[in-house]
Order: sequence, then C-alpha cells, then structure tokens
Amino acid sequence: MPTEHIVRSYDEELRRLRDMAARMGGLAERQVADATRALVRRDTSLAAEVVQRDVQIDQLEREIEAFCVRLLALRQPMAADLRVIVAAMKLSNDLERIGDYAANAAKRAIVLASLPSIGSLNGFERMAHLVQENLKAAMDAFVNNDAEAAERVWAADEPVDAIYNGIFRELLTFMMEDPRNITAATHMLFIAKNLERIGDHTTNIAERIHYAVRGDSLPEDRPKADESAYAVVRPAGG
Amino acid sequence: MSTTAETGAAEANTQGFGGVQARSEAVLNPPRIAIRNLEFFYGDNRALKGIDFDIPDRQVTGMIGPSGCGKSTLLRVLNRMYSLYPGQRATGEAMIDGMNIVAPDADLNALRAKIGMVFQKPTPFPMTIFENIAFGVRLHEKLSKAQMDERVEWALTRAAIWDEVKDRLDASALGLSGGQQQRLCIARTIAVRPEVILFDEPTSALDPISTLKIEELIDELKRDFTIVIVTHNMQQAARCADQVAFFYLGELIEVAPAAQMFTAPKHPKTQEYITGRFG
Amino acid sequence: MSLSLTAGAIPGPRKDPEVALALGRRRKRADRIVRILCVGATLVGLAFLASILLTLTYRGFEAMSLRVFTHVTAPPGSEGGLLNPIVGSLIQAALGTAIGTPIGMLVGTYLAEYARGSKFGNAVRFVSDILLSAPSILIGLFVYQILVLPFGGFSGWAGIAALAIIVIPVVVRTTEDMLTLIPNTLREAVIGLGSPKWKMIVFVCWKSAMSGIITGILLAVARVAGETAPLLFTSLGNNAWSVDLTKPMSSLPVTIYSFAGSPFEDWIALAWAGALLITLGVLSLNILARTVLRGRK
Repeated sequence: MPTEHIVRSYDEELRRLRDMAARMGGLAERQVADATRALVRRDTSLAAEVVQRDVQIDQLEREIEAFCVRLLALRQPMAADLRVIVAAMKLSNDLERIGDYAANAAKRAIVLASLPSIGSLNGFERMAHLVQENLKAAMDAFVNNDAEAAERVWAADEPVDAIYNGIFRELLTFMMEDPRNITAATHMLFIAKNLERIGDHTTNIAERIHYAVRGDSLPEDRPKADESAYAVVRPAGG
Repeated sequence: MSTTAETGAAEANTQGFGGVQARSEAVLNPPRIAIRNLEFFYGDNRALKGIDFDIPDRQVTGMIGPSGCGKSTLLRVLNRMYSLYPGQRATGEAMIDGMNIVAPDADLNALRAKIGMVFQKPTPFPMTIFENIAFGVRLHEKLSKAQMDERVEWALTRAAIWDEVKDRLDASALGLSGGQQQRLCIARTIAVRPEVILFDEPTSALDPISTLKIEELIDELKRDFTIVIVTHNMQQAARCADQVAFFYLGELIEVAPAAQMFTAPKHPKTQEYITGRFG
Repeated sequence: MSLSLTAGAIPGPRKDPEVALALGRRRKRADRIVRILCVGATLVGLAFLASILLTLTYRGFEAMSLRVFTHVTAPPGSEGGLLNPIVGSLIQAALGTAIGTPIGMLVGTYLAEYARGSKFGNAVRFVSDILLSAPSILIGLFVYQILVLPFGGFSGWAGIAALAIIVIPVVVRTTEDMLTLIPNTLREAVIGLGSPKWKMIVFVCWKSAMSGIITGILLAVARVAGETAPLLFTSLGNNAWSVDLTKPMSSLPVTIYSFAGSPFEDWIALAWAGALLITLGVLSLNILARTVLRGRK
C-alpha cells in the first residue's frame, strides 16, 4: 500500500492478518512436502505426523475466519482493505482444503507402505514439487501484494495437470496388467488426484490474490491440461 | 465452479434477490441531469473545476469527499441556492429537461419546485404540521380543501411519518423529535412533487435509528424521484447510493457505480480516501 | 505524522506535588477575594435599589386612592387626581408605539434580510444605533423644531411623534437581532421550496422571530411610558381633561416632574402615586416581555 491508514491499529491488524495467512500457507506447503516425502520414502511415522498436524491447519483456518469477521464488523473495510480481507478469508478456506488433501495423501501413504511398490514415484515427486512451488509463489504474491506473480501462478498449473494425466495412464496400465496391483494403484491414483486438486486450489488462491490487489477477476477459462476424464473413452464431439 | 463470484455482475444482475432489484449490481439508468464542464466561483475562488458527469434518473447518486471538496457546493448549484448570495456564480452546463440550471435567466422558483432540497439540520417552519406541508404546495398550485388534505396525507405517508402525526396535524411542527422533523421536511419537499430531491447530509444530526429510517425512506423514494445525497458517512453512501461520485479539492476524481466504488475504485486518491488513508 | 509526540516521554521536569499544592492555595485565595468584591458590589447596588423601591412603594401607596384614577389634576388643596395624565400617557404611548413599531419592523427587516453587509445597510444600522442611545431630550428638541414651532403650539401629536421616534430604533434593533438569529438553512428551506422572498420573510422569518420582536416592542413601550424630557417640548402637559391630540396633552412623567418640584404637600403625594403607577406599569411590561420570550423557548 502506498500510504498508511489514519488509524494505525487498523494497519497493524491488516498486517497481522497477512502474517496469519502466510503462516497457514507455510504450514500447508510443509504438509504437502512431508506427505510426498512419506510416500516416496515409505516413512509411516512421518505420514502419521502429517495426519496429526492437519488439526493445526484447521485451527488456523478458524482463527483467520474469526479475525476476518471481526475486522469486517469493527472496521467496516472498503476497497483494497475489503478485498484483502475477503481474499484472506477465502484463501484460508483453500489452504484448509489443501491441508485435507495432504493429510489424505499421508493416510494413503501409510497403507501403501505395507503394500509392494509398483512403478516409479518420480511423477509424484515432480508433481508435488511443482505444486509446492506454486503454493509458495502464491503465498509470496499475497504477502507482497503482487498481482503479476499471482497471475503467473494461475497460469502455471498446466504442467501439473499434464503430469497427472501421465500418472493416470501409467496406473491404469498397471491395473490392467495385473489385478493384484489394483489396491496399491487405486491409492496412488487418489494421491495423484489429491496433488492435482491441491494444484487447483493453488490457482484459486492466485485468483483471490489477483482480485485482492487489482479489484478485477481473472478470466473464467484457466489453461487446463487435465484430460484424465477422457483417458479411456473420448466422448463424441469432445 | 465459478471462482470469480466477487464481480460476477452480469450474472447476478439478471436474477436479483427475492424480487428486489439488487442495487449494487451496476446498471445505471439514463441520465436525468447532465453536468458538463461545470465551474463554480465564490468571488474569485474557484470551488468547482470542470465537473462532468451524469445523474441517473430515479436512482441515488451519492457524493463523497473530505470537507471543502465541493460536494455540498455542487448540490447547492443544482437548485441554484447559491443565487441567494451575492458574489457566487456558476458557469458551464447542468441540463435538466433541456434547460440549463445555471443559466442566468432560469426561472428559479419553477426550478426549485422541480428540484427540492432537504437540509442537514431539520428545518421545520414555525407552523402546524399541516401548514408545513401545505405551505410549499400553495406556492405552486391552487388546491381545494379536500385536495390539499389528500396531498398532505400523501406526502406524510410517503415520508413514513403519517401514522406518527395524523392525530396532531394542527400541533406545532417544532414539537416533533429530530428524526420526525427531518421526515416532515422530506414530506414537505415531496409534497411539491419535485422530480429531483437533493439531500445535504440529511442524517448527520440524527441518531442511528432515525438515520436508518431516513435511509430506508430514500430507498423507497427512488422509485419515483431522482435523488442526490451528500454525505460524510461513507457507509451511508455505500448503503444508499447506486452511483457514487468522489470529489477532492473541487474536482470530480472518480464516479462509478457504488459497488465498484467501494470494492475496486480506480483512482488511487479515491482508494486512499475510502479506506481511510488520507493525509 | 503528528502522533509521534504522544509516543515519547512528556517533556519538562517531573510534576512536584508541593508546587501544585501551593499553586492551588494561591488560586483559592484569589478566588475568595474576587468573590468578596463581587458580592459586595452587588449588595451595594441592591441596597440602593431596595431603598428606592421601598420609599417609592411606601410613599406611593400612602398617596394612592381611588380619587387618583377618577379625578383630573386640580390646583393644590382642591382634591385633584391623575386621571388626565394617566389617560394622556396611555394615548401617547399607545399611538407612539403604533406608529413607531411598523416603521421599526420594516427597517429592521430591511437590515436583516435585504441589506446584510451592504454599505447603505451599515449606514442605516449605525444611524439607528446612535438614535437608540441619543439623549431623549434631543429628540424632544427636534420635534419641537419641526412640529411644535411651525404648527403653532404644543400638541398631543407632537408628543406621539417624539415617542414614535424613540420606539423606532428599539424595534429596529430587536427586529434585526431576532431575524439574524434565524438560521440561514431555514431561509434556504423556504426558498428551496420555490418560495419568493417576501413570502419567506412574512410567513416564516417574522413568524419565527415574532416572540422576540414582541419582547422588543414591549420594552420599547416600557421605555416611552417613562419618558419625560421629549414630552416637555412637545405635548407639554395639560391640567384640564383633554383627549384632543391637536392640543397640549397631559402625561404622567411630566406631571410628576411638575408636581414633585412644587411646594404643595398634596401635589407631592400625587407625584409619588404617579411614580408608583409608572413603575408598576413598566415592571409588568417587563415581566410580560420575559414571559413572551420564555413561552417561545
């Protein structure tokens, strides 16, 4: 912001809101990273930790929401302030969903650790890496009020979708080859889907940040490459 | 899933909520008053500089800005109140029905019958409640006793004060409470059947409940009248107005539909003012 | 920002409670002295006033009788009353006010509504204020010059004219003051309805200011009722019964003036009675004026 509020405590509260959101974003990033590491290393104790830590994210979401409601009621924010507060409120929602997906992936990682491994997990690592990068870039954009950065994040989800399509086909192949792979492959498929959803929520976050900074919305059509819906049967005219 | 609901204006507009047209969804009516290159002078001091904008028909236009920004001055231009005082003059255009309000040869009494005004402090006349309403009507129309009774009841009803005063129309208007007096003044203004009503900070002397009643009334009145309201209270502008104009140092900085003005103003100065970052 | 001062320590040495106490004691001492002086001065003033009123009431009531109201003035020792001065005073004060009030109101209205800030208005206001404080004998002399000498003698009309001239500046002042008190927004509200200016003045401004203006008129009446000097040169006084305005006319103040200075006991007693009557009249007018003003608020 170019200048400060006449009421200084208001500025402090807005700063505190940004801090809370940044902390929640950091926590979500870590959850995604740890869940993936637990999957790749078949580390069940790390996975269990991730599942437990999800409570913290939920807690933060409630705190941010309560704080936003308080600001809305007491400060009657307008314009950019209003947009930041609304964005923080919705973004905390996305981060909470991201936390849920990470926790879900961690739970499946625990199950997978007890099953024989199939295929390579490179795709998962790459996907998780991309998703984390985007999430981090998005949260940085929020803290720095950077609409361009948010726009870049928003456009950068395409490769994630592409990897997800690859994993989908690969796991489908494993399942067709040997029905005994189905349990493991299904869990892995869900994990991949979770990572893909995390990517989607990250783009949501990017959209909200863009709105908070600029006051207008990004176009409805985001570049997407998730074609798994058509992986087996391509509908006519699709 | 649409994640852009914040400004999905076009989408929401067609639906409305519960039959009430959603005010915030920015469709402005055709202009009622067209202001072009309007300038105003207190002696040699230029208080309004090149004002250009339209006041939409039968909607509420809110004018905001810090003290001395010219918003009240513009309001007083619109019904030529400034002509009462020597040394004040306006140039440019403010067209209503093909007539330039600021033209030197404008018929002021007719103009003021067409463009009524409600003031910051309630200004009941020292007469009975009935006479307060009838006074303005008699200036412009010759009505029979029955017609006048009907008109007074109509005006008081439209101003949402009929039930409170119907049993004491012959009592002095000075005995009413502040909020009632202000509604009486609104009734007095609409009794003349103007087309435009100017409100100059109409609630700044009232308590919060009376304020809300006036705001509700304004919302109700805009079905029939074009309304311009000057207010220091940004929340009030946000609650009442369809269009908001922001003035600073005698200039019109930005004019936009209310929803846009208060969520995403374009000009940095507007942004600073409405978020409380001035100075 | 300007807030930075509040953040740091308060400049200057620490507060010393001893000094604060000493300063407090000094303040209280000064306060007591000032209060004693004020109360003392008030008591002195009250004492004079009380003695005047007591004497007046005592001597006045002693001389008061029905005869005062039923008999005209008569030579000393022949059982006269004050009927002709009373009636003469009433006629002159009433007509003087009746003539002076509309003129004064219109001038006051002109000053407040039309000539605010104009040079001519300021000149008129200045002249009116001078007239307000001019010694009333000057006014008597003036009327003597223009109404008594050219028209061949003292007359009731001349007295009425002199009193009217005294009434005018009082009414001008109060009318203007009362009209200026009306907030401009009330005027704008009337004009905003599309009303011409004269309707605004007559139906709203005068109505709003009426109680104040009436108060001013009552005070003007009280003032002229007690005027002696201008009447000496104009209506002169008349010891016989007369309500003819073209002839000299009796009045209470002039009668008191001549009776009180006489060596005759019964005339002096009548002068006291007349003085008491005027005082009571003026007092009741003042009370009435206050009630009118209060009833408005």
